[in-house]
Amino acid sequence: MDIIQILLNGIVLGSLYACIAIGFSLVWGVLNIINMLHGSFIILGGYLAFFAWQYSGVNPVFLLPIIATALFGLGYLLQYFFINKVVSSPVLTTLTLTFGLDMILYNLMTVFFTATPRRVTLDLGTVNLGDMYLPVDRLMGMGLALFLTALLFVVMRASKIGRAIVAVRMDRQAATLMGIRVNNVYAITFGIGAFMAGAAGVIFSMVFPITTNLTGTFLGKAFIICVIGGLGSVPGALIGGIALGLIESFAGYTIGPQNATTVGFVLMLFLLIVRPTGLVGVKGYE
Amino acid sequence: MKQFLYFGVFALWVAMIAATPLLADNYTIRIAISIAMFSGMAVSWNFIGGFTGYPSFSTAAFFGLGCYAGAIAQRNGIPLVMAWLLATLFVAVFAAMLGAIILRLKGHYFAIGSIAIVDLTRLITSSWGSLTGGGDGLNVPLLQGSPQEVSALVLYVMLAILIVAFLTSIYVDRSRLGFGLKCISQNEEAADMVGVNTTSFKVVAYTLSAVFCGAIGAVYASWVGYIDPTDSFSILLTLKVPVMVLLGGAGTLLGPVLGAGVFVMLEEVFWANFLEWNRAILGGIIVFLIFFLPNGLLKIQYRTLFGMLMQKLREAPKEAEKSS
Repeated sequence: MDIIQILLNGIVLGSLYACIAIGFSLVWGVLNIINMLHGSFIILGGYLAFFAWQYSGVNPVFLLPIIATALFGLGYLLQYFFINKVVSSPVLTTLTLTFGLDMILYNLMTVFFTATPRRVTLDLGTVNLGDMYLPVDRLMGMGLALFLTALLFVVMRASKIGRAIVAVRMDRQAATLMGIRVNNVYAITFGIGAFMAGAAGVIFSMVFPITTNLTGTFLGKAFIICVIGGLGSVPGALIGGIALGLIESFAGYTIGPQNATTVGFVLMLFLLIVRPTGLVGVKGYE
Repeated sequence: MKQFLYFGVFALWVAMIAATPLLADNYTIRIAISIAMFSGMAVSWNFIGGFTGYPSFSTAAFFGLGCYAGAIAQRNGIPLVMAWLLATLFVAVFAAMLGAIILRLKGHYFAIGSIAIVDLTRLITSSWGSLTGGGDGLNVPLLQGSPQEVSALVLYVMLAILIVAFLTSIYVDRSRLGFGLKCISQNEEAADMVGVNTTSFKVVAYTLSAVFCGAIGAVYASWVGYIDPTDSFSILLTLKVPVMVLLGGAGTLLGPVLGAGVFVMLEEVFWANFLEWNRAILGGIIVFLIFFLPNGLLKIQYRTLFGMLMQKLREAPKEAEKSS
């Protein structure tokens, strides 16, 4: 194990983490809601990918758009019919509500899919560069994650709905006066959050075994990345994700993999206290 | 006048729970212990979540630390009651030190920070194998006596903790501290401006919210005889306790006790019938609570509700006549 291998592992892991955290960060930044459902959305995406792959044999990469769109629909409906009603309540109410919805989704998944760890096995082999080696499925996952991140960045920057989301984030009242239907924008934003979570789940199912017990772990990663990277910015989440990937990779090597997660949480608490806006947090949403 | 009513209702309720070992079977006593235990934690959470309005989700961390501190103290030869007290003290000191750090955060960041504390304590407990037994858990010395005696003892200790917590909450509600906390809940900057020492008030409220949970955790560990990180630092527990308080009415004195009682009994009914759906049912209760009972059971205008119902009943015969 030399330093470059650790670095590479960290970057691969970090791109996946970025993909996890972007949707969460967007929802938090724009709606001001901590979406406790995020972890379950990821696992749901992964399970759907696994079952669709098992049933049809199609490579999950091609299933990704369909599954992610289905999750967009779920997210849109949840926001439209439930969360929109309490969107401006104190954090205790919104957090408890998404927590409660998460319990329902989690329970449905354990009953219908059971908690057995599952993984899409594609057997693509590994790439060797000198004395380092990288499994191809991880590289592909990293590529997909980075592609989705870039896509979201472009959507936020260039599309009409992207600008509307940014406008609502900056000033809700002014956005309403400009003729933006805020409730609709909220629902779409939540849908995009679920879309990214579902896509991240599909990617994860190709790289690691997934099970419902991981929902909390994924949610924890999203917390940490948001605190490192600041809220609601795509580059922030990318930087935060890669930073966390590298930190966990190095911590796993130096003080053992079982302590890697702890290091992330300690770092997060430390950052919360010294710089609650995040290391690269920005005010607007570019 | 109102205070007497609170005392009366609470005393009656405690007496009913306390009478279970004399009248009922073991199953009922177990439910009574659950009620006493969760009521105690709900009353504790009310200090920070109800009076102060801080969305704290770290109950499970205090409970779990109480479990482990009590268990480790007992395994090292410290007598039972001393071990319980030591665990309580440990959790109080931990909460005060932690509170001084994380209470600088507000709103969403505080919520995230407090949830992270639960994860962090669980991770440390499961990786510190030499002290805590790691993921294998820890056996706690069993209480002496027959099963009936043990459950009666546990019940009375839990009730004692509940009573102390309740009396503390009445005292806090009427004292300067409670007034300051309510000011913080309404507008922290303004409270700071008019001379409420917000930092120390918040730390006291946070510590109060932890100390009883620590004691309950230590007693719980002795009762069940075996603890492990996933059960002790359970994310479900950290959610359930605030939900109980919200169900009863946050910031009120009787609300937490009422909410915990109703919640535990509801849960028992659902568990008996749909075991594998217990998380979904918790979620369902939360969704119902947020949309239909946003202020809790205590704040419902029962008089208006009753009036509406009576009016409906009076109109019903007329409607029937019209349609026939």
